[in-house]
Amino acid sequence: MTGKRITKHPVLNIKPGEDISFSWNGEKLTGKKDEMISSALFANGIHIFGHHYRDNAPQGMFCANGQCSQCLVIANGLAVKSCMTSLKQGMNVESVEGVPGIPEADVQNECRTVEILDVEVLIIGAGPAGLSAAIELGKLGIETLLIDDKDKPGGKLVLQTHKFFGSVEDSYAGTRGFKIGDILENDLKELDSVNIWLNTTAVGVFSDKIVGVVKGDEYIKIKPKKLLVTTGAREKMLPFPGNTLPGVYGAGAFQTLVNRDLVKASEKILIVGGGNVGIIAGYHAIQAGIEVVAVIEGLSRVGGYKVHADKLERLGVPIYTSHTVLSANGKDKVESVTIAKIDDSWNPVFGTEKTFEVDTLLIAVGLAQVNEFYLKAKEWGMDVWCAGDAQEIAEASAAMFTGKIGGLKVAKSLGIFQTEIPKELEEKAAILKSPPGDVEKKEQCRNKQGVMPIFHCFQEIPCNPCTSVCEENIIKTENDTITGNPYATDAGECKGCMNCVAICPGLAITLVDYRKDEDFPTVTLPYELWRDRVEKGKEITITDIDGNTISSKSSTGRYTVKRVIANKKKFPGTLLVQVQIEKENAKNAIGIRIQEKKAETLSTPKTPFLPDEAVICRCERVTAGEIRSAIRDGVRDINQLKAVNRTGMGACGSKTCRPMLWKMFKDEGVDLKEVTDRVDRPLFVEVPLGTLAGIEGSKTDE
Amino acid sequence: MNNYDIIIIGAGSVGVPTAMALGAMGVKTAVIDKKASPGQGENKHAIGGIRATHSDPGKIIAGIKSLEIFSTWQEINGDDIEWLKGGYLFPVYRKAEENLLKSFLPTQKKYGLKIDFITPELVGEIVPGINKQGLIGGTFSPDDGSASPLLAVNAFYKKAVATGNVNFIFNESVKEIKQENNKITGVATDKENYSTPVVLDAAGAYSKDLGKMVNLNIPVTPDSHEGAITEPVKPFFKAMIVDLRPAPGSKNYYFYQNNRGQVVFCITPDPPILGTDKRETSVFLPQVSRRMVDLIPRLKNIRVRRVWRGLYPMSPDGSPIVGLNRDIKGLVHATGMCGQGYMLGPGIGETIARMVTDKTTADDKTVLDEFSLYREFGGEEGLK
Repeated sequence: MTGKRITKHPVLNIKPGEDISFSWNGEKLTGKKDEMISSALFANGIHIFGHHYRDNAPQGMFCANGQCSQCLVIANGLAVKSCMTSLKQGMNVESVEGVPGIPEADVQNECRTVEILDVEVLIIGAGPAGLSAAIELGKLGIETLLIDDKDKPGGKLVLQTHKFFGSVEDSYAGTRGFKIGDILENDLKELDSVNIWLNTTAVGVFSDKIVGVVKGDEYIKIKPKKLLVTTGAREKMLPFPGNTLPGVYGAGAFQTLVNRDLVKASEKILIVGGGNVGIIAGYHAIQAGIEVVAVIEGLSRVGGYKVHADKLERLGVPIYTSHTVLSANGKDKVESVTIAKIDDSWNPVFGTEKTFEVDTLLIAVGLAQVNEFYLKAKEWGMDVWCAGDAQEIAEASAAMFTGKIGGLKVAKSLGIFQTEIPKELEEKAAILKSPPGDVEKKEQCRNKQGVMPIFHCFQEIPCNPCTSVCEENIIKTENDTITGNPYATDAGECKGCMNCVAICPGLAITLVDYRKDEDFPTVTLPYELWRDRVEKGKEITITDIDGNTISSKSSTGRYTVKRVIANKKKFPGTLLVQVQIEKENAKNAIGIRIQEKKAETLSTPKTPFLPDEAVICRCERVTAGEIRSAIRDGVRDINQLKAVNRTGMGACGSKTCRPMLWKMFKDEGVDLKEVTDRVDRPLFVEVPLGTLAGIEGSKTDE
Repeated sequence: MNNYDIIIIGAGSVGVPTAMALGAMGVKTAVIDKKASPGQGENKHAIGGIRATHSDPGKIIAGIKSLEIFSTWQEINGDDIEWLKGGYLFPVYRKAEENLLKSFLPTQKKYGLKIDFITPELVGEIVPGINKQGLIGGTFSPDDGSASPLLAVNAFYKKAVATGNVNFIFNESVKEIKQENNKITGVATDKENYSTPVVLDAAGAYSKDLGKMVNLNIPVTPDSHEGAITEPVKPFFKAMIVDLRPAPGSKNYYFYQNNRGQVVFCITPDPPILGTDKRETSVFLPQVSRRMVDLIPRLKNIRVRRVWRGLYPMSPDGSPIVGLNRDIKGLVHATGMCGQGYMLGPGIGETIARMVTDKTTADDKTVLDEFSLYREFGGEEGLK
């Protein structure tokens, strides 16, 4: 059976994979060889992986990234993170009900000595920053070890099906994220001095300047001369009742399941957070055939790029600004989500609640740096740098620049790179990190003859591939800066090559061609979803930039597709759809609606709003109420909070609860200067005692 | 405002339970600590074992009293401090340890401790899966146990505060102990001045520095030990297991499974690592884990969660330093607990409270004589 798999995708290539059988709580199921256990379970519609020992709460996927330890299952007798453990033929997988057991073992173990490996440079994390840094170091011939806990390099690039922003020359603008990962990986293969260890997890940094790593099931102590931390980011969480129900998870986790593992993780989702991560996740959902009921955002406007938000609204996804999530509702998993308007002080306005029936709630309310390795190494006095999101949260394109800079800084400290680090790298990184500007809508050119590009791009963002691909070289950005809005210098020169339409990462350019029919010009629209919806002869709904149906006296917004153009080699994944639109509307047309029907709201459950029920520390299941009462009792030391109610004492080591915790102190009116932060200690990832002892093959499942 | 009957320096394993005992007796007490909350020095580095099975009478007496306080805490006070009566097991694989442990039994039994040398079969029942190869037997004391240092110190703190007589002053460092004509008059911190006729040195690893403030040499030398805790797994043993055998780089190591199912462990480095460095090293985990998986092979599959390093305030002979200072009137010592402050603190706290209120008992006298600063620091306690 195919189960909940994505069997067709407009952008990603589907590799069928080898079917293998495994069992789940005794039931025989089919999964794919070497996929993560969690994905195999999701593909079989299993979302509840166990129940917590403290309160029997259902446990499931949360980060899909090896960070949180929520997704534990028992595989062949051992508790493992299902998102980091690959499925094997005949594996016996069971749910973790309460505290897991450890199997008996009477065999005496041979322990090898855990050796210290000296390396010149160690880079933790082979995402965009780590790969870019390694390439710089490799070009200089510096011995570098790059480690990553996944089985493929690329980090979160692997999950990105959309075309990147930035510029063509130096940040692969217009190329899809996962392809950029492949390009960087290939670049690195040429460089002999760089060694990549995949499936290798850094677990701690120690005061003897050693980084402990687990490679497969082998514990190795690495002593680098220089350390570069490019560990990326993790998602922030929100406190609300129901926030740990299976089905509430991070947008990144969703992208992992959908885009990397090709699992149709949901049928209907609601997304909290209108930044780029949330909006892009919504777009990815629709590409995967998943309905997006709404995106909600607390601010009065979306924080992400307008072109990203426009894409989603044009497809028919409503975006509710000034809204928050009140609760996720359901017994064992998410069955519905209640949202409400918020006032200027971010308090919910009761009476404005809306409840949607969804099976998944994605949280995309910002990212937090994965910086524990950097901070510890710094504390221990190591020669350490960080780059990418581990340094500052920004776009992946910026991470490629900060990675390069990080690599060069390391090379400089080794005396191998002797000149100054090029200023332009810093400048480009700064531009790529800049938040989007204000929206300034401009009138389109009035000319209604010939052929011309129409730009639906009204917000300053760092992006200019349209200027690079124009065959007539007539597209420029304002002031020639990468953040300037695009315009045609001489529309009369346009020959209609359509390159600008095809490359625009924001899908914000159309071509309007009056040459054949001045009254019904041909409009070329960019489109990245399934071809069968837009085949020649089909009727489609065309929208304006805001997602409103184009209509006039002479039309109802429905138009017949005249032609579909694909250039798989040059612009993979992008289709150019041509329709003829009456001249008064032609320049407003930009979108093709996919979700025709708006999701209906359910009646809101008649339960009181209980913010104290929100879970702050997921590992130990400490609620907002328990923490609030400790704060009201006078606790001002997070270490004491650990002691009295176990906040942050779980497997993850406060990776998820920390930002929420600080916010709770703030919300209680505590001066944060009075609050003592927790002491963080190794290990940052749990490691079996046998692995640390040097027992070979101590993980029986691999 | 800033006048107290007694000021305790150090809100840790000894200071907090002593404050609790003093508060209950109506003594106006202040506890000063440079950290932000109770137990943030070495208390939280304790792994949680509590035993009366020592080799000398004073420790046995203090240990029995402490055990009584820990084991009845929930019953009397309501808070769960995760007390677990799992006993202490010293498994024996060599004649050397057999002889040593057997030599303590007469004293231990004399003071009423339930302890015996047991057969390998019984050892195997207490710790299923223990390595039977070469196992001679071991001593087992079923009345010993464990409790959470984190919960216990906060429970003691709460009770001390509830007496209405104890004021905890956090985030202040003691800079000066004031005296006039060799009589204590007060304490100055980096923020405030406090007056008092009595100062209790419960500063543990930092007692030597405190002594310097009044030109005394308090013979407490800290050394460091690393400890760690695992994920919780289904309980399969309850006893604190102490393996006394030496191995390259270490002496004994010990561990137990707490009543949440987490295994907590620690090792004694050899030679000792002197000083106050509390930064975790990469040496500890491989070193201790190979010894643990050799002793109980199934432990290989339990996952280690967190590591820490704490200080043992060592006295020259391995026994605490408790009692009145003879040179400075009003200065009292309760330090040098040699890594046993957590398990001895409540018992010793009561002794101190009686001592400063002139209610000393015969047992207290045994304790105070044995732990006197002025004893001959000749021998070495057998089970320090």
